[in-house]
Amino acid sequence: MAEVIALVARPFWETLLMVFSSTAIAGLIGGSLGLGLHYMANDRLSGHAAQLAIVKKVADRLINTLRSFPFIILMVLVLPLSRLIVGTSLGTVAAIVPLSVAASPFVARIVEASLSEIDPGVLDAAISSGASKRRILFAILIPEALPSLVSGLTLTMITLVGYSAMAGVIGGGGLGDLAIRYGYQRFRTDIMISAVLVIIALVEGIQLCGNAITRGIRARR
Amino acid sequence: MFHAQRPKEAAFYRPLNPLNSTAIQTRSALNPEAAVAAITLCSLNKRFGSHVILRDVSLSVPSGTIFGIIGRSGAGKTTLIRIASLLEKADSGELFYGGEAVSGARGQALLDARRKAGFVFQNFNLFASRTVFGNVAFPLEAAGWAKPRIEERVGELLELVGLADKTGRPANRLSGGERQRVAIARALANHPKILFCDEATSALDPETTRSILDLIQSLSRRFGLTVLMVTHQMEVVRRICDDVAILSAGSIVESGSVASVFANPRSEMGRRIVGEVSHG
Repeated sequence: MAEVIALVARPFWETLLMVFSSTAIAGLIGGSLGLGLHYMANDRLSGHAAQLAIVKKVADRLINTLRSFPFIILMVLVLPLSRLIVGTSLGTVAAIVPLSVAASPFVARIVEASLSEIDPGVLDAAISSGASKRRILFAILIPEALPSLVSGLTLTMITLVGYSAMAGVIGGGGLGDLAIRYGYQRFRTDIMISAVLVIIALVEGIQLCGNAITRGIRARR
Repeated sequence: MFHAQRPKEAAFYRPLNPLNSTAIQTRSALNPEAAVAAITLCSLNKRFGSHVILRDVSLSVPSGTIFGIIGRSGAGKTTLIRIASLLEKADSGELFYGGEAVSGARGQALLDARRKAGFVFQNFNLFASRTVFGNVAFPLEAAGWAKPRIEERVGELLELVGLADKTGRPANRLSGGERQRVAIARALANHPKILFCDEATSALDPETTRSILDLIQSLSRRFGLTVLMVTHQMEVVRRICDDVAILSAGSIVESGSVASVFANPRSEMGRRIVGEVSHG
């Protein structure tokens, strides 16, 4: 048992590091992209959706293309970028780059969808208050969409737990890597099962936290 | 009438140009400032694709009065008030608030113009993420007020609408009537001279409707607020409006004081709308 714990501990932290940092990075990049997409599509907000339609279309195509890549291929494609940003294409930190690249378009779509769920009447109320677009975006739209955004971020994290399992290919380590290389390939079924159980617990934990936060926000509305 | 009516002469509603000062204002004898109408719409046109929503709509609302626009669904009422309140742009025509052209406003000038008017919606449209206080405070935050002044003003407004005890409640945890009161307080936060109401009482029961209408009327009298409201409810017009215009298929077919339009509707649509009320 002690051996199992010792073996699982390091990959567990590696997985956490990969999942949390890539969620944070994708939250920033994808979040801004999603805001941009919503802004361009929403005529009440931008005031010139017709002129922005082409930009929106190009952005849509790019995001869809990026989302179409199987993660394992994306990881290889992004290798030069990892080398450029973190100086190496191998290891846990390097794996954060492709994970963020994969999650950003995903987050963008989630943010876009969450924002478009807001009642247009609420937007009208904010506009007629004489508020600037920036204020409407940050003081009204994001807070209004918060429960939905938190659910979306929870979903992103769980998806990233799955993706991070593949990071072993570029030496990213983590629980998935442990399960395959140590558990499966070395016939250590106990290690494989333990790693999988820890992944299940992690996913369950993330979902529970996400649900609790969402419920907390909704309870105060 | 079961409530006090304001003294009124015959109202004049013809396409006006506010720059052409020969326009005679209904209440100019009572209020010298009313020489320039609070809201003037000049030849507004709006179409969506090939569908004409508004056709050459001109209207002049004297300062301090309550003006009702009545019409069937699809007559263009909502588009009209959205254009008048700068939520939407007309294809052509001009809009003036107190003699100041606002239809061409952009950027900061547009934000400033919007702050000159408040808007009350049918479905309240409160910010669910904010408390009652937060909702009323929003227009003040947007206008860059300092915190202590915001607190003072919000307290004053909630007192005015009778919700001083509900400050910290989540906005959507209130009853319909209370939510509309919050919306009214929010609309009046920036001391606007104009209040737009789009079917403000249509989602409310008759008793709540009356209390909201009475509130709007008392606020209008107290602060000299000019109110432009669109509604399909004749009772609303009869209860608080000074003047009324009938909108049909995107055009104003008739307008005048409520008493004269009700007593003697001249247009076909006017007769139909007034007839519906008196016959059932």
